[in-house]
Parts: sequence; structure tokens; C-alpha cells
Amino acid sequence: MASRALIDYMIGILGPEGVISEREELRAYECDGLMNYRVIPELVVLPETAEQVQQIVRYCHDEGIPFVARGSGTGLSGGALPVEAGVLIVMSRMCKILEVDIPNQRVVVEPGVINLWVTREVGPEGYYYAPDPASQTVSSIGGNLAENSGGVHCLKYGFTTNHVMGAEVVLPDGTMVNIGGGKAPDPLGYELLGAFVGSEGTLGIATKITLRIMRVPEKVRTLLAAFKDTEEAGGAVSGIIGNGILPAAIEMMDALAIEAVETAVHPGYPEAGAVLIVELDGPAAEVDHQFEQVKQICEENNSSEIRIAEDDEERALFWKGRKAAFAAMGRISNDYIVQDGVVPRTELGKVLRRISELSQEYGLRVANVFHAGDGNLHPLVLFDNDKEGEAEKAEDLAGDIVLTCLEHGGSLTGEHGVGRDKMKYMPKMFTTDDLNTMQLLRCAFDPHQVSNPGKIFPTPRLCGERPGRYKMHPVQKAGLAENF
Amino acid sequence: MGTTRTRVPLEDLRGIVGEGHVREVAGEDAVEGVAPQYVVEPGTIEEIGEVMKLADREGLKVAPRGGGTKTFLGNPPTGLDLVLSVARLNEIIEHVPGDQVIRVQAGARLDDVQERLAGSNQMLALDPSEEGATIGGVVATNSYGPRRLRYATVRDLIIGITVVLPDGTVARAGSKVVKNVAGYDLSKLLTGSLGTLGIIADANFRLHPIPETSGTVVVELDGPEAAGEAVQNILHSQILASALELRWEGGSGTLALLIENVEPAVEAQVEAAASLLRPHKEPEVLGAAEGSELIGSIRHLLDGDDVKLKIGFMPAGIAEVIGAVTGAAERRGVAARMTGHAGNGLTFVGLSGADEEAHAGVVEELRAALVPRGGNVVVQRAPATLKRRVDAWGPVGDKLFLTRRIKEKFDPRGVLNPGRFVGGI
Repeated sequence: MASRALIDYMIGILGPEGVISEREELRAYECDGLMNYRVIPELVVLPETAEQVQQIVRYCHDEGIPFVARGSGTGLSGGALPVEAGVLIVMSRMCKILEVDIPNQRVVVEPGVINLWVTREVGPEGYYYAPDPASQTVSSIGGNLAENSGGVHCLKYGFTTNHVMGAEVVLPDGTMVNIGGGKAPDPLGYELLGAFVGSEGTLGIATKITLRIMRVPEKVRTLLAAFKDTEEAGGAVSGIIGNGILPAAIEMMDALAIEAVETAVHPGYPEAGAVLIVELDGPAAEVDHQFEQVKQICEENNSSEIRIAEDDEERALFWKGRKAAFAAMGRISNDYIVQDGVVPRTELGKVLRRISELSQEYGLRVANVFHAGDGNLHPLVLFDNDKEGEAEKAEDLAGDIVLTCLEHGGSLTGEHGVGRDKMKYMPKMFTTDDLNTMQLLRCAFDPHQVSNPGKIFPTPRLCGERPGRYKMHPVQKAGLAENF
Repeated sequence: MGTTRTRVPLEDLRGIVGEGHVREVAGEDAVEGVAPQYVVEPGTIEEIGEVMKLADREGLKVAPRGGGTKTFLGNPPTGLDLVLSVARLNEIIEHVPGDQVIRVQAGARLDDVQERLAGSNQMLALDPSEEGATIGGVVATNSYGPRRLRYATVRDLIIGITVVLPDGTVARAGSKVVKNVAGYDLSKLLTGSLGTLGIIADANFRLHPIPETSGTVVVELDGPEAAGEAVQNILHSQILASALELRWEGGSGTLALLIENVEPAVEAQVEAAASLLRPHKEPEVLGAAEGSELIGSIRHLLDGDDVKLKIGFMPAGIAEVIGAVTGAAERRGVAARMTGHAGNGLTFVGLSGADEEAHAGVVEELRAALVPRGGNVVVQRAPATLKRRVDAWGPVGDKLFLTRRIKEKFDPRGVLNPGRFVGGI
């Protein structure tokens, strides 16, 4: 239960409607999109202005109360999981689009603005916001920024970090700074914005974000190609990339994933061991030319069927299956874990074979849905929570898949983030020196580690600063971390 | 301005890198007029680490160097004992064409890397003007060229880094896959840090296919408004331009638009661009060789000028920048000409004639006009005496204290390139 002083202070800033302190209501915020970690926060606050965020953060900092910022809560790594005895700062009320500047191709938004709203706003002008995580109808720009969200089109257009141009940030001590630029290129000083985007809420809270918007491409063409297995589909992917073609997206689904989406949303995919969705966009003459090449490459790799989207409706149908893939698993399995790992594209075949072996060893089914163009795998581990021990087995299998990705020179997360979920794998990918060096940055931004503590780094390091009012860090008190 | 001199333990240094790799200083080793005591050339990451530990312990000031093509950037150092050259770390560590990524040591020359990649029909999409630039230098100085319009800059292409900190710690961040969100993105933090946070030992990049062919559309522009309008017309069209280069001299200019693509797309896009620009003046269409010659001549136009400034301002404000530069120069009897990556809002200004006071006055007037509106004016190349008159960078804004804190965490004893970066860092 939050202290009266804390509740009163927050009500003083936000009014009673901006503060949630009843246990039953707090429960709604106990997890993000990753539901196997749950912590009920001490207090939830819903600021409406950057100044309010500043006041909240300053109070927490001065009182030694940890806080976590949350956007729409769609994250899949527990990044927005509350901390015990901490305040959860929910940004959803800060949801205004502040400025649209077409001549400079920029939009300025508050962090609670939903990803898709940006494209809706600038669409009539012939523009769009490129990063398109599957959650884009509900996830917020602030959350996208924190997680450096990807999406199916990031193969060609990059991730959130390539589209955020500037941010107003409330640092963990309540100071407000502007990092990055905005409209002018090459802001002076260190590339703070590049370090801040994707820092999972551990370096502060963005209260205003400048985004780059892009021209809607002149032409988009999409095809769906069926193959005997993922290996042949993989051959087509290599052929496309090897021919110097950079598609907007190349997505692959295996037989089990196809079965699930057919049951759930009936996109009418062909029966096959694997399907590829390849989308090209850009100048019409380029797209038309390369589309023929892509078709030919698919044929050369023994594609059993190639369907070409004749209009936007058909294109939407192709994508419907892919976008519904995670949720569709619910139709063929009671429970499932969404994994997120990356391997070099040329290792895809080997890694998929290993995943299939692991699946047999554990006796659990694994469906594969992935961004084939950049080697970002999303294996879905299917299990039944009601069967004793199966949930643990599924966790272990999902963990072995991540380790397999690392053994093949990949990454433990391509877009979902480390959060709480993958902290334990960080030492498998990085040395102690690597992690300590990253935490130098943490120490510069958040010396007292009040902003989203207990995420990303399995062994927090304290930063050796002791201002007057600050109390000993709970982690240090418990003997879990040493001074840095 | 006085610089510190600390005794260099020469034998220890030789013990680390070998007798032949510590050398006496020659004229070209000076950094903005400040000469080091020795040039050290470690051959491995471990040796860099040992040299840094020694420097950190002895209080030596170190300037890292790659190809030395951009040592003019920043303010003159406030201390310099060793130039640490990474030239011997020049290997391409890994290139798997199918993965379209490369891992390369800091001392490798960009030209050599490109040559190697061309064999797989790939490129690292960075095209700085300086011949002999190395990978480490390109990252540390955030080097780019005309094609940043299409491919963006180092921060968008770098996917991993190995850095040696002043205390000798060797740390890696990122990975060799393009898509990766594990841990903080130190590759970006080191980009453009001008050797003030750590010594870059190697870096990983994503690669792009080499475009099949190219075409260039050129149009003459008779006033700043025409320039602004032409650039806006291109930016909001369906033209996928690789570069949009502006040259401005004596009240009129030239705009060169580079299109790179497959043959039929180059044809179609060149035609579309020409008709978009026709309202200004009849455009000229150049083939690949002539186009690249023209763009090359624009980028080297200011090489001989006394002072070179770089202005970053909103892309829709080009006319305003041209007006501000022209006015500030004219009022002081300074000759000014400009080039620019116009699609990105970058303008380079070459100043010549009149005296240093006049040059400083131009810089100050431009900063007063453009900085409050989000722009920046950097003195890139100038006599060291001018850089002692006006700060090379100008005001950094409210993030300066945070910038300082980062420097203090990475380099607490101020070993690396002291005084050269923003805010006296």
C-alpha cells in the first residue's frame, strides 16, 4: 500500500482522476504483453503534461522510489513490468499530435500517441510513418521508442531508431533535456538519441518525440509463394538478396504456422511446407522490374505456387494471415510462448533444423513465423499449461532456441527487447566488461537507478554517487550489487 | 594557449608495441597546430589496451588517429602527448556476402573495403570525400557524403562496435546481425564522438547492393527562392534520389540530382525529375560518368577556401540559409560560396578574403540567426587561430551537462582528445 504522503503528493499534482491507488484497479497494470511476470505496482499515475512527468519523477528520485514508464503495455519482454514498491507512470493520456511539418517531413507527437495515428494523420498528404510493429494499432510511439520497435518493413526502412529524430526527455532526476535534433540534421555533441532509443525505459522518459515521415511509395507489389519446406523457401530468400534486391518485406511461415492462421483467419494460403510473402515498394519502374526477378527466383527455387496480389484487398489478405499469426496459435494450442531471436541470414537453414530437433527432443510443437530477410525468428513454442511440467519444458525449449541463435552468431532479441525476460541471457551474448561499459551510460543518465530498475542488466552496478537525501539502493542493501 | 607536457615513459611504450612502432613526430602529426611527443602504432586490440592503461596511469593525453584525413575537426587540443594510430589494425575480419554485413578493423581504409565488397556487388553506403579515410575515423567523425540522402549516415549503418576505454577495458556492443535490440547501442554513442570516449578498434556495418546504373539531372537556379522551391519539389515527389547537391556562387546556383537504380527505373526517374525541374530552367541530363564528375567537383569546390563551415538547418529553410550567409559575408567584405546536401538541410560554406575578425563575425552572426531556430553552425576547417577566437561547435543546448557526464564516466581522467569536442570536452 502506497504511503499517504506519496498518494497525497501525486493527487496534488494530477488530481484524483490521475492517480490509481486501489489494489483492485492496480491489478490491471500488473503486467505488460508478457503475462508470465506480474507485479502489482504501489501506485499508478497518469500525467497529462511533461511538467507533471517532471514533478512525478523528481519526487520519486528524491524519495528513492523506483518508477517505470508504460505506454500501451503491449511489450513482449516485460519491459513495462512494474517494480515492487514503485510507481508506474502511464503515458497514455499524453496522446496529442503536436505538429505536422510536411515541408520538413517531420511530425512531433506526445509519447502516448498510437503508432498508426501518425500514418492516419499524414496519409492524406501522401506520407506515412514507416516502423510498423504488429502491435501498431495499439502500441504507443513512446513505447516503440523505448523498445526500438521493428516491424515487417524494417528490412528496407530500418527500425524506430532510424525514424526518431529528436526527443524531449525527463531524466531520472527530473531534469528535462532535449536530445537529438528535430528538423535540422547532425545535432552537436554525442549521439545521445541513438543511445536513448531502445534503452527500455532505463534512461528516462520521453515526453515529446520528433518523427521522420516518408513519402508513400509510388508502387507496391506483393506476392505469396508456396514451397515444399522452409529450406527451399530459404533458398529463394538468399536468391532475392543475392540479386541485389532489397524488398520492403520478406516474411516466412512454416506448415504449422500456416495451419494455425488458416484455422483462425482463413487467408486462403496454399497448402505447403512453407510460404513466403515478398513485398516490393518504391518507384514504379524499379518495382515492376524487380518483381519479375523475384517471381523467377521463386520459380527457380521450386515454388509450387505463386500468387500475386492484384489489388490492395488481396494484399491485405496475404498480410492478414501473417499479422494474425501469433494470436492464431490459440486455435491450435492452449498456450504458447513467442520467442524472438536473430541469426545471420546464411545460418537460417541450420538454425531451423536445430529448432526442429529441439522440438522433437522436448516433445513440444514449434511453429515458425519470421522476418526472413533479416534473420529475425519468431518461433512459437506450443504447450498446455494444464499438463504438469509442460510450461517449464516450454520455457526451457524457448531458452534453448535463444542459445542456438547466439551459437550461430546472432542476437537474443531482434525487436522485443531484453526487459525482465531475457536478462539472464545477456551474459551469454556479452562479457562482463561489455555489460559494465553499457552501464557507464546508465550511470551518466540515472546514477541512482530509479528508472525501470531490474531490467536489461542481470547484475546491476551502482554508480558511486551519494547525494544528501538519497537512501541506499535496495539492490545494494540486499548485497546484490557492488559499487561501480 | 598552453598545453600540458608530461614525461612519456618511452621504454614502457616500446615494450608494449615494439621498438619500431613508436616513432618521433613529423610535421603532419600535429593536431590543429599542437604537436604530440610520439606517434604510437599498436598492432592489436590488446596493445591498444596496454597503451591506454599506461596513458591513463601516467596522465598522458592521447589523440586517436585513423587515416588522419579529418584531424582538422573540432577545437585545438588542450593537451597532447601521444597520437595513437590504428593504421596497423587494417583487416577485414569477416564478410559473408549472403548476410550483407561486414566486420572490419578500425585502421582499414574505406577505399580498400569498398574494393573488396565490389567483388560481391555490395558496398558500405558511406561516401566521404577524403581519400584515405579509415573505418575508425569515418565512425569517430561521423563522415558522410552526398549519398546520405538515400542511405543515411554511420549511425544508421553501424550495427556493432569494439571499443577500448581509457582504462584499457575492451568492450563490444551490438552484434553482426542487422536486427538486434540487446543492450545499449554503444555503436551509435561512439559515432561522431571524435575519439573522446574510447578508441574504436573495429566496427560492423550493414551493406547495400551496388546500384546497377545512374543518371544525373542538373538545373541552374537564379535565386535562393528558386533553390528552395526546386528542392521541395523533389523531396515531395516520387523521385528516389540518392543525392541532391547544391552549388551556390555569386547569387545563383546549380542543383544536381543523382538517381541510382536499375536501368528502366533510372530512365523513368530521370525523365520525371527533369519535368519537375523544367519550370526553373531547361535541365540537363548527364550519364553516370559525367554525373559523378560534376558531383565530385561540387564536393571539392570549397577545398581551397580559407575557412569551411557546416550549417545544419531544416531542409525547407535553404533559401533562408543562403540569404543569411550571403548577408553576413557581404556586410564584412568576405567572399562566400556554398555547396550542400540540399535534401538533408546541410550547407557547407567556404569563406575567403578579408581577415580573421571578419570570418569570426560571419560565424557569430550565423549562429545568432540560425541556432535559436534549431540549426547549428560548425567551423570545420579553419586556421587554429580562428578556432581559438570562436568555438568550433557553438552552443549545444540543454544537454551539455549530460554530454559532460558521459565523458566523465567513460574517460574520468580526460585522457582522450581533451578540449576538442563540444563544450570544451
